[in-house]
Amino acid sequence: MVEVKNVSKKYGNKHVVENVSIQIAKGKITSFIGPNGAGKSTLLSMISRLISKDSGQIVIDGHDITQTKSNDLAKKISILKQSNDISVRLTIRELVSFGRFPYSQGRLTKEDWKYVDEAIAYMRLEDIQDKYLDQLSGGQRQRAYIAMVLAQDTEYILLDEPLNNLDMKHSVQIMKVLRKMVDELGKTIIIVIHDINFASCYSDFIVALKDGKVVKEGTIDEIINTPTLQEIYDMEIQVETINQNKICIYFN
Amino acid sequence: MKAKFTVLIVLAIVLILAFLFVDAGGNWDYIIPRRLKKILAIVLTGGAIAYSTMVFQTITNNRILTPSILGLDSLYMFIQTLVIFFFGSTNLTMANKNINFLISVGLMVVFSAILYKLLFKREGQNIYFLLLIGLIFGTLFQSMSSFMEVLIDPNEFLTIQDRMFASFNNVNSEILLISVIAMLILALYSARFAKYLDVLSLGKDHAVNLGLDYDYVVKRMLVVVAILVSIATALVGPITFLGLLVANVTQQMFKTYSHKVLLSGSILISIVALIGGQLVVERVFTFSTTISVIINFIGGVYFIYLLLKENKSW
Repeated sequence: MVEVKNVSKKYGNKHVVENVSIQIAKGKITSFIGPNGAGKSTLLSMISRLISKDSGQIVIDGHDITQTKSNDLAKKISILKQSNDISVRLTIRELVSFGRFPYSQGRLTKEDWKYVDEAIAYMRLEDIQDKYLDQLSGGQRQRAYIAMVLAQDTEYILLDEPLNNLDMKHSVQIMKVLRKMVDELGKTIIIVIHDINFASCYSDFIVALKDGKVVKEGTIDEIINTPTLQEIYDMEIQVETINQNKICIYFN
Repeated sequence: MKAKFTVLIVLAIVLILAFLFVDAGGNWDYIIPRRLKKILAIVLTGGAIAYSTMVFQTITNNRILTPSILGLDSLYMFIQTLVIFFFGSTNLTMANKNINFLISVGLMVVFSAILYKLLFKREGQNIYFLLLIGLIFGTLFQSMSSFMEVLIDPNEFLTIQDRMFASFNNVNSEILLISVIAMLILALYSARFAKYLDVLSLGKDHAVNLGLDYDYVVKRMLVVVAILVSIATALVGPITFLGLLVANVTQQMFKTYSHKVLLSGSILISIVALIGGQLVVERVFTFSTTISVIINFIGGVYFIYLLLKENKSW
């Protein structure tokens, strides 16, 4: 379980995240939603130790992240940011093999390669595994990065806007894979997502942030309704139930 | 990959032999030891520059940066000028090259530590900010050096000028021994960092995600870079433009992310380029030019080519 206790972060005088306390359940998909500048990505980066927090505590499975060795954390929790510009030229297979670094320190054993092969197969990248990243489409590249995270074999996987710049088909593909990873492999996934309909259709819990604070957290039913969404986004959003999925209509 | 290494190694050996024995003129006892010293200096400098540039580019995730952008070699010249300005060229610290070398290296390390604190520690560090600060520092050191140079005795100025231009014709041979020792220690020390460098080249976020203690590694690698730049600059003068050339040629040639390959490849290429260049300087131009002129010329042309090529790929 990931426990976030009274965490704050300031940039200059502005509180980006203020006194946030949440608990994230194991084996579920938790989505962070909220308007731009709500502090979703910052919170995600703090949980994954990419940036430091000003105050508060983050505990993963009983271990405070500031007191745990970075390499041990890398076997527990992984993060994928929204922009993944890599300055070196890598093939998919090479990229995915980097996911084994916490275990192998660069010297991959047979077992490590087995994980790499499995991750590539899981993301259906076998045919193109020797292609270079810059030869891929956005969807393929995103799958390659997720394969790397899979090879890292962590219980917790954090994704910062994994659907950024993807078309509908690839977005659905990615979300289905994430759902499968939770249901079949027992992973715990936390995502920052802008499209509330994807959050509504694929996640188990939703945490809504606004101005650095948690406005509301709960199940889909508790969050995806007109009054709550009004509170989060300051606009009236109609909610319809289609095939048991709650769909928000916010285009007009 | 293996074939490329073999070619480079053979080429390096052939060039070294050519350098040693061509035009020796029978005066073997005199010529050979002198040339050996020169070769040693070239190998050390080449290795130091290739290694430091490669590592620096990996840390900054940028393929057109060299340590000289951060003003590291201007700082070295500044320290030299400072010592001469206050103590004169006959002073012990200036006269004893080894002490001078150790003091300079110490100050360079302190400077890079400060730079690290200033630039790498802040979150959301911006590469352009880093470049800008580095350029300002470099210019500051240069201006302060030339200010002091104007004030001092012209004879003292000659001592400084002697060191300002990279040249293998007057290698600072007194510090050869200490350089060799320093390089060996550094090589042993940084060997265990090679695997971290691979991960570092993915960028800070990926490196942290994969469990790298980013601050720990980058800090140590920057100190290594500072010492290597000091060694190269102390031996022959500012020549880090070579690093840009070598690092990019290595990238083109080996097309891999593995720093084991890249580092050893770049060291070989650097040695080949330097010895080849020095051969041309000595045998073709008969000392009418220095190697830094040739390197800056070829480096400049290559740099423009790089810019044009990168531009096209957009």
